[in-house]
Amino acid sequence: MSDAAIFSLAGAEPAPRRRLRPTAGRLLLGLGLVMLTILVLITLLAPLVAPFDPSATSPQSLEGSSSQHWLGTDAIGRDVLSRIIVGGRTTLFITFTAVSLALLAGLVLGLLSGYVGGWVDEVIMRILDVIFAFPVFLLAIAVVAALGPTVPNLILTIAIVYTPAMSRVVRGPVLSVKKWDHVEAARSIGMSEWRIVTRHVLPMVVSPIVVATSLTLAQTIFTVTALSFLGLGPPPPDPNWGGMLADARQFMELAPLTVVGPAAAIVFATLTFIVLANGLREVLDVGSER
Amino acid sequence: MIMGASQTGDDSPLVEVRDLTVTFPARSRHPAFTALNGVTFDIARGETLGLVGQSGSGKTTTGRAVLQLQKISRGSVKLHGRELTAMRADELRRMRRHMQFVLQNPYSSLHPRMTIAQTLTEPLIVHQAVTPARYRERVAELLELVSMDPAIMDRYPHEFSGGQRQRIVIARALAVNPDFVVCDEPVSALDVRTQAQIVSLLHSLQEKLKLSYLFIAHDLAIVHEVCRKVAVMYRGEIVEKGSVSQVYDNPTHPYTQMLFDSAPVLDPSLQRQRLRMPPPEPATLAAGHPDSACAFGEIHAVSSTPAWHEVAPGHGVSCRYRPA
Repeated sequence: MSDAAIFSLAGAEPAPRRRLRPTAGRLLLGLGLVMLTILVLITLLAPLVAPFDPSATSPQSLEGSSSQHWLGTDAIGRDVLSRIIVGGRTTLFITFTAVSLALLAGLVLGLLSGYVGGWVDEVIMRILDVIFAFPVFLLAIAVVAALGPTVPNLILTIAIVYTPAMSRVVRGPVLSVKKWDHVEAARSIGMSEWRIVTRHVLPMVVSPIVVATSLTLAQTIFTVTALSFLGLGPPPPDPNWGGMLADARQFMELAPLTVVGPAAAIVFATLTFIVLANGLREVLDVGSER
Repeated sequence: MIMGASQTGDDSPLVEVRDLTVTFPARSRHPAFTALNGVTFDIARGETLGLVGQSGSGKTTTGRAVLQLQKISRGSVKLHGRELTAMRADELRRMRRHMQFVLQNPYSSLHPRMTIAQTLTEPLIVHQAVTPARYRERVAELLELVSMDPAIMDRYPHEFSGGQRQRIVIARALAVNPDFVVCDEPVSALDVRTQAQIVSLLHSLQEKLKLSYLFIAHDLAIVHEVCRKVAVMYRGEIVEKGSVSQVYDNPTHPYTQMLFDSAPVLDPSLQRQRLRMPPPEPATLAAGHPDSACAFGEIHAVSSTPAWHEVAPGHGVSCRYRPA
């Protein structure tokens, strides 16, 4: 994975203020924001939006679409749409918390590594390389299996798995920004290192970090649902997208909607962050327009 | 400041640099590199020392090493009689209000996302030079000092030309009333007309504020205009040092002569003729051997004197890098 390489530092100069024209990047960003709003609203308002209690069973199992159950019912007669809506809470909560933790750890480690350099850099990067060397799933499966499939463990695991990538995304631009003239000028003024980092280095590397975070969110949704699918997700009966897929798999031919529903939700959520990431990349990358 | 007249009398130099040596350690497949070797000079109050030499001769490294922005391996730098090389980090940071830096490239040395006012306020905050209530007043003062309209203070650097940005950079350097400013090629990124304006600005600021400059440049004509004293650098060493008139009228070291010869002359036919001649042979500038007699007939390994000879009062020349 060489995410760090795609993010340029070109956002350095703010564009002169002018009327926003609908460029491809801005349209993409707008679409991403609309999708994100839908996702967040549905998730936050899940209990109000869901037409049924997601855990309530009924004798009508594996029904197709009807005016009552839009996406049918599952094997024990629970409403699929309600389970998707409520299940999104668990999946997205794990995703956001895990990525926030990875971002925080990545910021600290990446800044430390890139700015301080020397043996500090060596030690941090070599340790992260070890984590990096494992395939994401293998590592996640191993850790969750060892610690037990609870929500906090899942969050911690995913945070650990994505910390090396986030650290690298932070470290790369910091390495070059710290050599820029205005950083040297700040030091020659007599500024403390803390102030230099927070005022002169960090603001310069925000754009690549924002884009990388959005992409990592997309990947993490996938990872969370995949782990849940493999039975390493949050324990039942609370619904979650990956678990729903796993349960519905065996009835796929009888009731295709039970698979299509959660799958579509996963695709939508993942796509939201990919679209958002691409929009952000286009819009924040001001330098390439000049 | 606490240092009294006893420590630094009026006649003692503001900046004293002795035997300044910077060695970049060996890395894989690169041997250690001595960027500066025994650089020694003084700068008096209100005086300008010009530092000339070709690219890679160690001019910028000298400036950075004097300001302690570059780790040095040997030597001493004193400002106001206080040794900088042994200072703790926080002491040095406080000392920085007396010494400032004007960088070469005015496009990259300003934070692109900070307004001019924010940029100029930073040194005031760092050194608590004025109370927060007076920040904007002081920023306006500084902009007027460098002949800019204070009304522009809430704009961003990209709205200004190179010359204007360099004025802002100079204003930032002067924000905390330093005594000593290192100007690292302050005009070489600018066009000729703007160069002249910045040079005259530096000049008038020097008279107004009694500033001392270390003026780094490769343009011999500008150094002649700005400086009273000049040092010529070659391969990390000062090979000749003296007043501008001494060095320009009577260049004694072969490298100095070569440097002056390389400047184009204002006569097209003569210049064409000069261009047809082969470039001077660098082999004649071998470092010289410390065990044998130098060009002045002295064996420095025996007399343990520096490889330095006064040819006139205040005009010295190195015996290294010259044909024996």
